[in-house]
Amino acid sequence: MPDPILQTVDLGKTYGARRRFWQKPANVPPALADATLELRQGEILGVVGESGSGKTTLARCIALLERPDTGRVLFEGEDLTKLPEAALRRRRRYIQTVFQDPYSSLNPRQRIGDTLAEVMLVHGLASRGEQRDRVAALLEQVGLPATAAANFPSAFSGGQRQRICIARALAAEPKVLIADEPVSSLDVSVQAQIVNLLLDLKERLGLSVIFIGHDLQLINFIAPRVIVMLGGRIVETLPEGSSLADAKHDYTRALLQAVPTLEKLDAAYRLSQQQNMA
Amino acid sequence: MTAVANNVPARGIRLPRLLRSGSWSLRIGVALMLVIVLAAVFAPWVTPYDPVALDLRNALKPPSWKNLLGTDNLGRDVFTRVVYAARIDLQIGAIGVALPLILGTMVGLIAGYFGGWVDSLIGRVIDVVIAFPFLVLVIAIVAMLGPGLINLYVALTLVSWVLYARIVRGETLALKRREYVLAARNLGYGHLRIMLRHILPNAIPPAFVFGMSDFALDVQVGATLSFFGLGAQPPAPEWGLMIAESRSMLLSAPWTVIGPGLAIVVVSLVISLIGDGLADKVRGLDG
Repeated sequence: MPDPILQTVDLGKTYGARRRFWQKPANVPPALADATLELRQGEILGVVGESGSGKTTLARCIALLERPDTGRVLFEGEDLTKLPEAALRRRRRYIQTVFQDPYSSLNPRQRIGDTLAEVMLVHGLASRGEQRDRVAALLEQVGLPATAAANFPSAFSGGQRQRICIARALAAEPKVLIADEPVSSLDVSVQAQIVNLLLDLKERLGLSVIFIGHDLQLINFIAPRVIVMLGGRIVETLPEGSSLADAKHDYTRALLQAVPTLEKLDAAYRLSQQQNMA
Repeated sequence: MTAVANNVPARGIRLPRLLRSGSWSLRIGVALMLVIVLAAVFAPWVTPYDPVALDLRNALKPPSWKNLLGTDNLGRDVFTRVVYAARIDLQIGAIGVALPLILGTMVGLIAGYFGGWVDSLIGRVIDVVIAFPFLVLVIAIVAMLGPGLINLYVALTLVSWVLYARIVRGETLALKRREYVLAARNLGYGHLRIMLRHILPNAIPPAFVFGMSDFALDVQVGATLSFFGLGAQPPAPEWGLMIAESRSMLLSAPWTVIGPGLAIVVVSLVISLIGDGLADKVRGLDG
């Protein structure tokens, strides 16, 4: 089994818990507690849970967009939480995030080409001469025409914007991609395209992916290993090769029960018809 | 994908983007402002008279085709003085907005971005300055520093930066949570780059819109201070000063006061038109 590329140990985060020394500590439930997980090189790790279960907090703590109160984030064996600001900034590009809302994920006053070129400029990933070609290549990689570079984000639909966000993440040449509910605000028809794009890129670029979502069926379909979260805690890890039916934790089973199927919808429809007749 | 293809820039002379898609209030406002600015710049070609030379034989003539707005008690053509005065008054408006806008934006951006004790400290300073009535504080500072335009600019800057700081701070606080700012941090960008390239361009439009109403206010403050003898000094043509000098003739020769008074009203209106138009634009952009 290959070494994990990314590990978290006992990650914890509580919002609004910091108080002045004369104040009583607030009794706020943690947004994230004791989150220990590992992401292996080249795998897709799924994370599911209802809203408020700490999925996004987990994503932000791993990317260190939020400072975890407790625990460590180990990237290739190095504890990122202990790094000084400047050193962390240089490492940040290896762990990229695709956010949930494509409409607020792009700077409305920056052209797409500039958005992508800025990443290369900051990290010295392409010389000025190479930037244009690299921007075109990135756009092509996510299925957009090179002419998109000249436009502002307002010219694009949600699905197109999410593609641009993926291109921006790829511009940093990351090793780990955190997809934080990347399709939940998109139309169903577009969702499949984006998911397929992510799977395709993962294969071609050898990325390791943490895919977060609340759709258990979707996650189970794309991710061999799935983590189930509830109330800021990891309640179950479904190992590789197991099916949803093997889930042991009550909550996971409850989640499964809640998934609407055609049979259930049909039954509900008939019931309502009968009640109308009566 | 059609949206992508259509947006190829066209060739030829084009109005600035702001005007092409702007509302009518913006277009009319900008056109009138252009007329006023051109008249001020090319004043010697607009009117044949000298704004300061005395001509006592022609004192206090009512408006006629020769003197559109009549003459004052020293025989100077009121219309000529109103036109020349636009040079000073527009300058008061422009500098009185530009300096506080720059200072306030920088302070607001820093307070909102870094938060914590930096924000608390700046917040307290802003509260203290806002606690004083605006005009009283300006007059007090100019009276302390001595009369003159430079000191008026210093006073305006010291007092009205807080308003810009408050606006930009609020915008920054909201934008800081936007996902594109999170993405910028995630990409390892430095604080300065995030502040200047990702937050500032999105935080400044509301401050700019406010600046337009502030412009009109500054012109009025300049006129007020000159009226009290703390701004422009005679014989310089300045609207407030002209009203102050002529107020004893308000009943006998009302045109000496009506001319500059009308100028203040018109400029304020034009600026409000531009401000309204800009506000509409800003709302449209982020929708």
